[in-house]
Amino acid sequence: MKFSIQINEGPYQHQASDTAYQFAKAAIAAGHEIFRIFFYHDGVNNATRLAVPPQDDRNISAQWTALAKENNLDMVVCIAAAQRRGLMDADEAKRQGLDANNIAEGFRISGLGQLIEAGIESDRLIVFGA
Amino acid sequence: MSVKKFMYVNRKAPYGSVYALESLEVVLIGAAFDQDVSLAFIGDGVYELTKGQNTKAIGQKNFSPTYAALGDYEVNKIYVEKESLEERGLTLDDLQHLVWEDEDEDYAEKDSIRLVSRAELADVMAEQEIILSF
Repeated sequence: MKFSIQINEGPYQHQASDTAYQFAKAAIAAGHEIFRIFFYHDGVNNATRLAVPPQDDRNISAQWTALAKENNLDMVVCIAAAQRRGLMDADEAKRQGLDANNIAEGFRISGLGQLIEAGIESDRLIVFGA
Repeated sequence: MSVKKFMYVNRKAPYGSVYALESLEVVLIGAAFDQDVSLAFIGDGVYELTKGQNTKAIGQKNFSPTYAALGDYEVNKIYVEKESLEERGLTLDDLQHLVWEDEDEDYAEKDSIRLVSRAELADVMAEQEIILSF
């Protein structure tokens, strides 16, 4: 089956991202396809590469980056939600005249149309959080 | 591109959290995809449609006028749950009068809001293919 995943909550504060990660891993292991993972609301905070959790805990954004790399996943961060919350890739930071960027490898910033398209193109869109 | 039945379910009051605003942003972008779209307002979500909102004192943007533009985006199936209104002491008169123009009937103005019972809304939800809940 072709799945897409929407993640609506930030890391650590809420279990949604962890659960979505476990779901994505299990779905891939079972031979399913992940069409897209879309980060919305505070979920965009999963894409920061500047989080430094304690060493004996999981690093949620690094987990996503690794999973995406291994499985060639399309991980999209909503641009409107990201701009509100200070999540920027290098291009967007430049466009906004900002002196820093903070998006982790494997994530890309794009529009809400990517979420709608994911709903249209997938057999199931699974929403985590909110 | 295939047409699917999308429903956006709005469950939160408009300013205490960002969900109502960011739901509206998805609806507006999604309207460009020519899908079969409907909105549901349940629980505290019914407050999103109340008329006469004034956010001056809380320093937030009043985004409620945008709901009146949904008809222009051909988003004209807006289900409001009757029990949710009643539980909050509200009636349809407390909500904005949302309309759309039916181009098949010489642009006749029609009501967008459909007042439905909890049981009726459950039936409408069961017909959907994509439900996004905010």
